[in-house]
Amino acid sequence: MEESFKVVKTDVLVIGAGGAGMRASIAVKDAGLDVVMVSKSLLGKAHTVMAEGGIAAALGNVDPQDNWTVHYGDIIEEGVYISNWKMAEICAKEAPDRVFELEDYGALFDRTPDGRILQRAFGAHTYRRLCHVGDRTGLEIIKTLEDQVLHRDIKFFDEMYITKVVVKDGKACGAIGIKMNTGEFHYFEAKSVIIATGGCGRVYKVTSNSWESTGDGLGLAYEAGAVLKDMEMIQFHPTGMVYPPGVKGLLITEAVRGEGGILLNSKGERYMLRYSPQKKELDARDVVARANYKEIQEGRGTEHGGVYLDITSKGADYIKHKLPAMYMQFMEFAGVDITKEKMEVAPTVHYQMGGIRVDAETGHSSLEGLFAAGEVASGLHGANRLGGNSLADILVFGRRAGEGAVAYAKKANETGADKKAIESEIARIRSFLKKDGKNPYEFIDRLTSAMSDHVGIVRTREELEKAITIIEQLKQEYREVGTLGSVRYNHGLLGCLELGNMLIAAEAITRAAIMREESRGAHARIDFPKKDKNWLKNIEISKSDKGMTFNVVPVQEMPAEYKKYAKPEEY
Amino acid sequence: MTDINLKIYRYNPEEESTGKFVEYKVPYVDGMVVLDAVRYVQEKIDPTLAIRWNCKAAKCGSCSAEINNKPSLMCKTRVDSIGNNISVAPMGAYPNIKDLVTDISVNWSILRKIPKFTPMEGMEKPWRIHPGDVERSKEFKKCIECFLCQDVCHVVREHTTNYFGPRHMVKAASMDMHPLDALDRSEFLDDEGGIGFCNITKCCQDVCPEHIHITDNAIIQEKERAADLKYDPIAMLIKRRKSRKEKVVK
Repeated sequence: MEESFKVVKTDVLVIGAGGAGMRASIAVKDAGLDVVMVSKSLLGKAHTVMAEGGIAAALGNVDPQDNWTVHYGDIIEEGVYISNWKMAEICAKEAPDRVFELEDYGALFDRTPDGRILQRAFGAHTYRRLCHVGDRTGLEIIKTLEDQVLHRDIKFFDEMYITKVVVKDGKACGAIGIKMNTGEFHYFEAKSVIIATGGCGRVYKVTSNSWESTGDGLGLAYEAGAVLKDMEMIQFHPTGMVYPPGVKGLLITEAVRGEGGILLNSKGERYMLRYSPQKKELDARDVVARANYKEIQEGRGTEHGGVYLDITSKGADYIKHKLPAMYMQFMEFAGVDITKEKMEVAPTVHYQMGGIRVDAETGHSSLEGLFAAGEVASGLHGANRLGGNSLADILVFGRRAGEGAVAYAKKANETGADKKAIESEIARIRSFLKKDGKNPYEFIDRLTSAMSDHVGIVRTREELEKAITIIEQLKQEYREVGTLGSVRYNHGLLGCLELGNMLIAAEAITRAAIMREESRGAHARIDFPKKDKNWLKNIEISKSDKGMTFNVVPVQEMPAEYKKYAKPEEY
Repeated sequence: MTDINLKIYRYNPEEESTGKFVEYKVPYVDGMVVLDAVRYVQEKIDPTLAIRWNCKAAKCGSCSAEINNKPSLMCKTRVDSIGNNISVAPMGAYPNIKDLVTDISVNWSILRKIPKFTPMEGMEKPWRIHPGDVERSKEFKKCIECFLCQDVCHVVREHTTNYFGPRHMVKAASMDMHPLDALDRSEFLDDEGGIGFCNITKCCQDVCPEHIHITDNAIIQEKERAADLKYDPIAMLIKRRKSRKEKVVK
């Protein structure tokens, strides 16, 4: 049977409509090229909306000593020296411009008494650096960008789930997707393609991530032949909700600690004084998350398996003004008044530092014509991301990927639609629609449980191997998943397709975690508890005939004059 | 609490001409929200059930529905607050796509029409804004675009007018009350946006999950400004000489 599909032609296709995707689309439109933006969720609902505490930019409004070199040093040190130095430089230098640009677009940040943008303290930032809108910074950013996208008349297809990036003659030249509300297949023919699909937190059971963060972009890029990097580096945020069960994992912003919140165990001890006497609650996320984990493991946890986060000393007015969303979140979901009571918190999977390997300046991946930006890309954050740097990341590198894709598209030739490739992809999608298919949600449940149980905040080879056994088994059984119904708005079908990407992400994370026999940043191995200078390296991952292959490469050395901006690494 | 009797509106336009409620039994878990119960059905009973959700933290505004006939977010409605006989229907103000999912795309066309933030000219950068001046617009910027206010609004739902609806009044107000914005959108809202059709029943602010005082602080203000500009003879004189906002700059 001949399958029907719609063809949409454009210069640049942007997959994903969070901060990075929208900023990239704006860059393409402003350069005068045709752009089409597609997203899995509705416009304006992307995971960016969940960002709370702020965007890091060295404006020096509150602490005048701050400047880009200090921000650069913080990124390198807290990324434990495996970040891409060039990306760190670009981010630190350009973040202020992106913040001012947001103001031009209509965003309204909180102010200092003399009217400048207010900046708050955040974990492991040397100075107060996070520009913020209460604890709703992500919402402000996404609505501001949405406004720009709408008024620029940027073409977008929301609830369009992309299943494949099409490659011809070694170049990315388009993508295939399902428009969920109509069930129509689409082929987007483009001269360059940008992936900005966010992270893969949903491969874990307990996560702060939205429904859509299933690692789709990782799967798309990997299958198309692009190289992934640093996948073992998964950030656990120190403070996720623990109770009630329905909201387990939901984020409590670091701004609570930035505004003076302290961590206590069930004995009432402020244990961060023991783990990190200098930075205390505001040490890097990996340090605080492991401290929380250890307190809970060693029996000093709360009734529901967490520790306490206490901001009550700040008083009701201050809390309601500075942390209004947190106040509401606890009031409405848990019935806890955080102005009077302590919060129960525990680590939750929050962010993937790794992802598609990209060129620092253009966001170009290892596959010609394919670009990436935001959480799905790798390099900036190394082994650990600082709070507030992801919002800086999406805007700085979203714009750069947009411009990179424009430059590439201007030189690229039209490739035309490869009808055969499209039809075989449609057949693959349709093959999941069957009577006796196994429920994809059971598979997803098994996978996410395995990841949370065995590839957690502290790791051992033995545990990681257990996860691999389960992942391999799920891969074997994957062809048996299926669902009833049609292509139109069928979550079961979406689950089948997402599962494929989740398996790729999970395998990459786990195998890279087995390889890295040391503890660095977010990656903590009980069997290799020390940092090892032989591991000043990145693990690259790509697809070959033999399956997933791994390549260990040295970290690119920064120029001598940059070395003085970061403390030398100690072992 | 015992099991939940959950009635979900099911409608598949590919197979039937009208929808119907289907009842499911869902085990109760402490602290669960309606979205948990609906997802239980999707994950354990019928994966083809179409729902829309994303953040599950009342931050994205995707999971809007009518729960026991009241427009609400599924992720924010605790089961123990409404009892164990629950009905969930799609928003009635929008065309149904399938089951609980509706087509809300008309909102994008309306948002395109509302003049965007337009900074005053000649401002020295970086801009200085008094902290107090940020507050007025901030309330409206809390909007997560769940469109529950549109759903509950009888003008949007039951009449054919040019009224944009409460969400869009809030959007316009968020920019009109931006301390550096140069425009006044109230006349536009009166001429193009049908703000006159709002008869201030305040249903919209009752259902707003962000507790925005939509009618009191956005709609009434815009209505009054439009009335002043259009019908107040003194304001008309001033307007003839200079736009109000230009005066503010000086």
